[in-house]
Amino acid sequence: MTDSTPDMIRIASGQGFWGDDLDAPVRQVEGGPIDYLMLDYLAEVTMSIMQKQRDRRPEAGYARDFVPLMERIFPACVERDIRVVTNAGGVNPEGCAAALVEAGKRAGVAGRARVGRVEGDDILDRLEQLIADGHALTNMETGDPLVSVLDRVRSANVYIGAEPIVEALGQGAHVIVTGRSTDTALTYAPMMHAFGWTRDDHDRIATGVVAGHINECGAQSTGGNCLIDWWTAPDMANVGFPIVEASPDGTFVVTKHPGSGGRVTRQTIAEQILYEMGDPSEYITPDVVADFTTIDVEEIGENRVRISGITGGPRTDFLKVSIAYSDGWKATGTLTYSWPDAAQKARAAAKILRQRLDRLGLEFDAVRTELVGWDSTHGELAGEPPADLPEVQLRVGVRGSDRAAVERFTREIAPLILTGPPSVTGFAGGRPRVQEIMAYWPALLRREVVEPHLSVHVEEV
Amino acid sequence: MTYEPPTGAANATEANAAGTVPLQLVHLAHARSGDKGDTANVGLIAYESDHYGLLREQVTAERVKAHFGEMVQGRVERFELPNLGALNFLLHGALDGGGTISLMNDAQGKVFSTALLRMEVEVPADVAEAAAHRGRVPEGWSAEEYG
Repeated sequence: MTDSTPDMIRIASGQGFWGDDLDAPVRQVEGGPIDYLMLDYLAEVTMSIMQKQRDRRPEAGYARDFVPLMERIFPACVERDIRVVTNAGGVNPEGCAAALVEAGKRAGVAGRARVGRVEGDDILDRLEQLIADGHALTNMETGDPLVSVLDRVRSANVYIGAEPIVEALGQGAHVIVTGRSTDTALTYAPMMHAFGWTRDDHDRIATGVVAGHINECGAQSTGGNCLIDWWTAPDMANVGFPIVEASPDGTFVVTKHPGSGGRVTRQTIAEQILYEMGDPSEYITPDVVADFTTIDVEEIGENRVRISGITGGPRTDFLKVSIAYSDGWKATGTLTYSWPDAAQKARAAAKILRQRLDRLGLEFDAVRTELVGWDSTHGELAGEPPADLPEVQLRVGVRGSDRAAVERFTREIAPLILTGPPSVTGFAGGRPRVQEIMAYWPALLRREVVEPHLSVHVEEV
Repeated sequence: MTYEPPTGAANATEANAAGTVPLQLVHLAHARSGDKGDTANVGLIAYESDHYGLLREQVTAERVKAHFGEMVQGRVERFELPNLGALNFLLHGALDGGGTISLMNDAQGKVFSTALLRMEVEVPADVAEAAAHRGRVPEGWSAEEYG
């Protein structure tokens, strides 16, 4: 710590996924004081979608929404020294940063702002060499070596940690664009930068990981998608996104802007802590292994929850790799059946649909039938549907390696309207769309073959 | 409509020899779920910290596996978070392959949380009575009141 170390920094969450509330980052910037704005755009399948976009247009491959957003908030961020950290770069951080520089010029911050970008997480072009060098990139779930699907791999990115972001912040970047940084690093990199934490500060970085986990899904920490007494959540049309007030001692308070909707309570935070949780005593990140069973959660005021007591252990020698590969085709079609005997009609339709698919000689790896409005969420726990169910939506999906077979399936839904059970409607959407399946291949890679390839670039707007 | 949504408390009128009655988890705990590949997780959080012990004792990995039946093809793991009054369950092989492979409406396991809350546990009659109002929208409430 130095004399310039702040007593507290505010890290606001502005985006929980690509497709989240477009105005939330603006509300975070305008609704009260913040020091950092983190924007998470990436999920497991997002990278492969972006890779597909880049294959079509070399300048694409990042979260496009981010650029017009920055054009709106760039002047305010520069004037109030709010620094933005985001993984919007996707598979093309360079293209994203270039678009951002242009947006900065249009927004009138030329000569006053710096854009940083982190590269090197994308290992798609290195896969053959890595395999040749003995890195099998074994699937963590199946144990298969990557070479078995190598010709179908569409994207491959290493989950990288906070250190390159900390370096870019140190070089004075106002906005830092990364590729596949972990979601949590976007929140704790500013803490490491502001408080001078080093990689051996395990407990404090683990604290930052918990803060990151609370920030990374946006309003899911502040009353959104929150089950506890959900009907009492206030002013959800104007829901406030979370803000982490971090202290150098490794504690933090979660809050939101005054006057915003939603709520921050012990229970809303507990629900988010458990979201997508594996073994809570070993939450592995590139920078630390955090122990979520040591968290103390305490309400210290209205919409103020204090988190403390978190411990962590040293980082591992490996980084996780997110690989997407093409694994066949699928399509899903729906039709709606009405009372009386809606569920019976829907099931009868599914039966003859299967018979027709069989007769056509179509082969699929899977055919799935669900009744939306009865069993599509709770399966057999829903029990048998009653005869006077007012309506139900039949949902049939198929998947397989033969694209033509899946295509043919999409032409077998509409005929059911005139050739199957009665009281059927709801086909306004047209033929179902054939989708390419992008399967996820989780693997580990030794960090020393990744880290020398990471680079940080900072440029003036 | 001739069917009633199942409410454990409403059915829990007859105490058994041990003085306990069955009660659906929805009245004792809230929950959130998510996914990792083909695995769904469910975090189960006691409304009252006093009830964590009861959940820990009765909502075992074995019972959760039996509760979900065919819906969970693989094993069920359980982790304890006494600091949050919570249990975390990993339901392996629950998502038809998960991600973009899955043909399920709930391909990302978002509502396995509420499916777990259908499970019944045995609680003392006074606990069931006190908890009966929790977890469900109050009678007469309308969405016009939301927000």
